[in-house]
Amino acid sequence: MASGVKPRVKAPKKASAGESVVIKTLISHKMESGQRKDSDGNVIPRSIINRFTCDYNGQNIIDVALAPAISTNPYFEFEATIPEAGEMKFTWYDDDGSVYETAKTVEIG
Amino acid sequence: MEFTRRGALAVGAGVAATLMLPVRGAMAAADDMIAEFTGGASVGDSGITLTTPEIAENGNTVPIEVDAPGAVSILVLASGNPTPDVATFNFGPLAGAQRASTRIRLAGTQDVVAVAKMADGSFVQARNTVKVTIGGCGG
Amino acid sequence: MKKASFKVMTASVAALALGAGAAAADPEADLVVNGEIRMVTKTDAPAHLEGHLDTIRSGWTFRTSETQALQMDDFDNPGMIFVDGAQEAWDTAEGTAGKACADCHGDVAEGMMGVRAVYPKWNEAAGEVRTIEQMVNECRTDRMGADAYKYDGGDMAAMVALISSVSRGMPVDVAIDGPAQETWEKGQEIYYTRYGQLELSCANCHEENYDYYIRADHLSQGHINGFPTYRLKNAKLNTVHARFKGCVRDTRAETFKPGSPEFVALELYVASRGNGLSVEGPSVRN
Repeated sequence: MASGVKPRVKAPKKASAGESVVIKTLISHKMESGQRKDSDGNVIPRSIINRFTCDYNGQNIIDVALAPAISTNPYFEFEATIPEAGEMKFTWYDDDGSVYETAKTVEIG
Repeated sequence: MEFTRRGALAVGAGVAATLMLPVRGAMAAADDMIAEFTGGASVGDSGITLTTPEIAENGNTVPIEVDAPGAVSILVLASGNPTPDVATFNFGPLAGAQRASTRIRLAGTQDVVAVAKMADGSFVQARNTVKVTIGGCGG
Repeated sequence: MKKASFKVMTASVAALALGAGAAAADPEADLVVNGEIRMVTKTDAPAHLEGHLDTIRSGWTFRTSETQALQMDDFDNPGMIFVDGAQEAWDTAEGTAGKACADCHGDVAEGMMGVRAVYPKWNEAAGEVRTIEQMVNECRTDRMGADAYKYDGGDMAAMVALISSVSRGMPVDVAIDGPAQETWEKGQEIYYTRYGQLELSCANCHEENYDYYIRADHLSQGHINGFPTYRLKNAKLNTVHARFKGCVRDTRAETFKPGSPEFVALELYVASRGNGLSVEGPSVRN
């Protein structure tokens, strides 16, 4: 697991049924591009988060494939439809096999 | 050391020429990736909005947004990067809109391209030039 | 001769400004963070700057609208992710004394409110002006029995950003008289001294040429009310002394060390030039 990886998510606690809400996510990750060299001239191996998914009650909202051109500390903003109360699950997949997860519950009201 | 205008222009032209060289290769790579994504289908130019800054203050963190109502997925490419891939957004059944924002790295002034695959299998694209400034203080 | 060649440089940066000006945001725009913290980004210069500057402007006013927007919401501000990390460190016991910051200082929002605004500050017990970084390390080594953070390292930048974040919106108000005066004067002298092969002082860029472009960089007045600052350039939080070091290095000089008496004095002086602007740290800059 890359060190110091920390996800942050902003999602509303409540929504009305069928409402589209704005979701923001940020995760601390250096997103080493594989294009840089160290002080000895050796290429620093690529180490990035290559996929991000967001699902709600088992149904997909967005599934993103990331390349090294995504900035350090990857940020995404998108919209989700909330059909009923439930749990929103966020998953980031690291090149090194690590998976970072977090979840938010949304109520209808 | 004396800096003259003529000298500065000559240096500037040399740098520009050097920077131009790899761009051609990357452009071709971007075109190949678009062809792969579309399967060679014709690509329209309406129904997709790509929002980018006209001038990015730093190429390391450039905010972009893609919006293509009705899209299944959107491919984003940076035609002038060492590798043009940026991201592919696939929208699921609970996407509230076929819209997403992120922050990307651009190696220099170049075109950013977004290609959307629509639900009916057609494709549309948008292309914006982003000028990337090179800092004066230590690059 | 030095003077003449510098004027030539000034003219060329001014010419560049015409080309790059489109990127500049509206300098009159308001900075309100999270829709509730209203920042003073432009105000009358403090009295000690009479004859030098009439109006002081936050570095935020020199950035593009895209960069400005990143600071207007804590979620969009990537610096806040490190503040979250520092909040965990604040509550976690470390060192031989088994104490956390919170054990003495309580909730950071209560214990540290207003601190960023008045530092660097004369420390009677130490008999010298101290920065927040020095106070953090004194706590760590003397009270917690923990290792000191690297002065300009990531852990320190995050901790100072956490401490700064709870004073956001408060006016910078460092004391420059009394026992701090001698240090302040030393800082002032450093500010106006030309360093390096390029023979540039802080004032050459940030007092005489702010708002012009140095190549493609839009020169600010160099205030530090936004530190620690998340820079798009290196995608991390940067401390005041790390920034000083970068600036001095760019004049092609041997720099002072982060945490050195020279940089502490310079920090006090530069902070005092921004007296009246709001504490913004962690800010977002290019």
